[in-house]
Amino acid sequence: MSTLVLAEHDNARLNPATLRAISAASALGAPIHILVAGEGCDAVAAEAASISGVEKVLVANGAALAHGLAEPLGELIVSVAEPYRHIAAAATSFGKNVLPRVAALLGVMQVSDISAVVSDTIFERPIYAGGAIQKVEATGEKIVLTVRAPAFEMAATGEATAPIETVAFTPSSPARTRFVGKERAAGKGPDLASARIVVSGGRALGSAENFEALLTPLAETLGAAIGASRAAVDAGYAPNDWQVGQTGKVVQPDLYIAIGISGAIQHLAGMKNARVIVAIDKDPDAAIFGVADYGLVADIFEAVPELTKALS
Amino acid sequence: MKILVPVKRVLDANVAVRVKPDGSGVDLANLKMSMNPFDEIALEEAVRLKEAGVASDVVAVSIGPAQAQDTLRSALAMGADTAILVLTDQPVEPLAVARLLAVLVEREAPDLVIMGKQAIDDDSNQTAQMLSALVGWPQATFASKVEVSEAVVTVTREVDGGLETLELDLPAVISADLRLNTPRYASLPNVMKAKKKPLEQIEASELGIDLTPLLKILETRAPEARKPGSTVESVADLVERLKTEARVI
Ligand SMILES: Cc1cc2nc3c(=O)[nH]c(=O)nc-3n(C[C@H](O)[C@H](O)[C@H](O)COP(=O)(O)OP(=O)(O)OC[C@H]3O[C@@H](n4cnc5c(N)ncnc54)[C@H](O)[C@@H]3O)c2cc1C
Ligand SMILES: Cc1cc2nc3c(=O)[nH]c(=O)nc-3n(C[C@H](O)[C@H](O)[C@H](O)COP(=O)(O)OP(=O)(O)OC[C@H]3O[C@@H](n4cnc5c(N)ncnc54)[C@H](O)[C@@H]3O)c2cc1C
Repeated sequence: MSTLVLAEHDNARLNPATLRAISAASALGAPIHILVAGEGCDAVAAEAASISGVEKVLVANGAALAHGLAEPLGELIVSVAEPYRHIAAAATSFGKNVLPRVAALLGVMQVSDISAVVSDTIFERPIYAGGAIQKVEATGEKIVLTVRAPAFEMAATGEATAPIETVAFTPSSPARTRFVGKERAAGKGPDLASARIVVSGGRALGSAENFEALLTPLAETLGAAIGASRAAVDAGYAPNDWQVGQTGKVVQPDLYIAIGISGAIQHLAGMKNARVIVAIDKDPDAAIFGVADYGLVADIFEAVPELTKALS
Repeated sequence: MKILVPVKRVLDANVAVRVKPDGSGVDLANLKMSMNPFDEIALEEAVRLKEAGVASDVVAVSIGPAQAQDTLRSALAMGADTAILVLTDQPVEPLAVARLLAVLVEREAPDLVIMGKQAIDDDSNQTAQMLSALVGWPQATFASKVEVSEAVVTVTREVDGGLETLELDLPAVISADLRLNTPRYASLPNVMKAKKKPLEQIEASELGIDLTPLLKILETRAPEARKPGSTVESVADLVERLKTEARVI
């Protein structure tokens, strides 16, 4: 039996997290089909067809699917689920929103946020904000998975040309959930979830102005994405989708620079698998130093401008 | 309008988890347990809707062992009117929780279910979505703003890339994100009053749902520790080490 991966996109481009979900799916050892559901999303389907390892692309086009709402998507996936053993998506806010519905409608459990594929039925996943790793075996006939994207490589694109098949879809009932709008966070620079370098600021920044004045030049110098602790987001220094942690984004960059972040377990949950971690904090006992490869005990208002200067 | 708020008893967010040496799970013996922080936020939202005159009844529900009574008493002290404890000593997976909640939704006929987006122990982030699918009600997860007017609820959601706004017909299921509100501390008089509020107990077996887990937990282990790092003396030292030792810049 094959594996179905739900593509995430904005009707124009595929989200790179989907390429990582495809890698996880490859480890299951079965042929992979990818479902592209949206409105006017043919460009995405073509992009999906070029992912190596994808055997077939299913495309569903329609107004009900335009905004990625969970209810029609869940219904669509269930309607095509029959030939698949595994159904997977990246554990992004999109994937987390949709797949538990599919699991519930199929009467199976979802294995959330898998960080490793041990076999086609056994997976590892972090629990307790990464404080423990659980190895679980799914016993249902169908297996629904969300994939902790940063834990997997991106599947290659470009060479392949999988066939594209159209799937018809009409929701069974009129929509009782309506899309009103989306407000995009003003994002400059690379995407936080996939950036090679992340510069993250905490409560110590003290204001939105300081956050911008200290972190933006450093991030620009390094070509880095900017992240934040919950305290910084709650205080309004940074937009919500910059939050790194148990309940924010999980990142796994080559370099993570934590600036004035104490290192609460909920924050560590989102970044402790970075290849190299740098921490700058004035408190030598801050928990962040426990995971840092390089710790600098210093006042950020002096050290960060100095660092930016040294790197430019 | 009636609001149902499922609340889960979990290991307190400030307690460090310890994995049992034999790999059988996480050691919870004698540790502080609290209401899942996201559920406190969900409950706070429901209580505020009541205080604003939008809701008339707030019912808190927990599924778990007898000790979950404490969690429900906290919910009553925060402002829930009544509480229901669905008793079980066996582990219940999100699908079973959602199925049990679906039975209660039928029985209690709420107009709105507000719950946490994830429980901080299992971090599954599934139950609200499952409940919505099972009962066929509209869903809005990861809510950071909720506005109820007549038969519609408008919800702002925290999603990757920004904020999304949805309009749902009631009845509906909402899951709360961190920034929806800041939950109150229950005052001492309210804690006292909560002791007299109704708390119904039902055996899970009476609700006719099969609780047999579908996932087998083979092992629970501690995450790999990072190699100990080192302290650098200056910014210049840091830059040097990043360039020559770590080679990341
Ligand atoms: C259910 C739940 C979920 C959560 N989810 C998340 C999450 O996803 N992500 C997250 O980040 N948090 C999360 N948290 C919050 C987390 O517990 C911490 O409260 C938060 O991470 C603290 O942010 P901080 O490190 O910026 O602030 P603080 O803990 O206040 O740390 C600030 C640090 O800055 C240092 N400092 C201050 N001034 C200076 C200066 N001038 N120079 C140098 N250093 C200075 C201090 O020494 C301190 O170490 C969650 C909490 C709960 C209960
Ligand atoms: C006595 C007991 C022992 C257990 N032992 C284990 C174990 O050893 N290993 C293990 O993996 N699991 C165990 N579980 C199950 C596990 O703790 C979770 O309840 C289950 O996996 C649900 O995952 P979640 O809470 O992360 O769901 P999520 O989908 O993250 O929860 C989201 C929301 O659903 C609601 N919700 C979830 N559960 C409940 C509940 N019980 N009551 C009311 N509302 C709820 C809350 O509003 C919550 O915020 C046990 C459960 C019990 C009762």
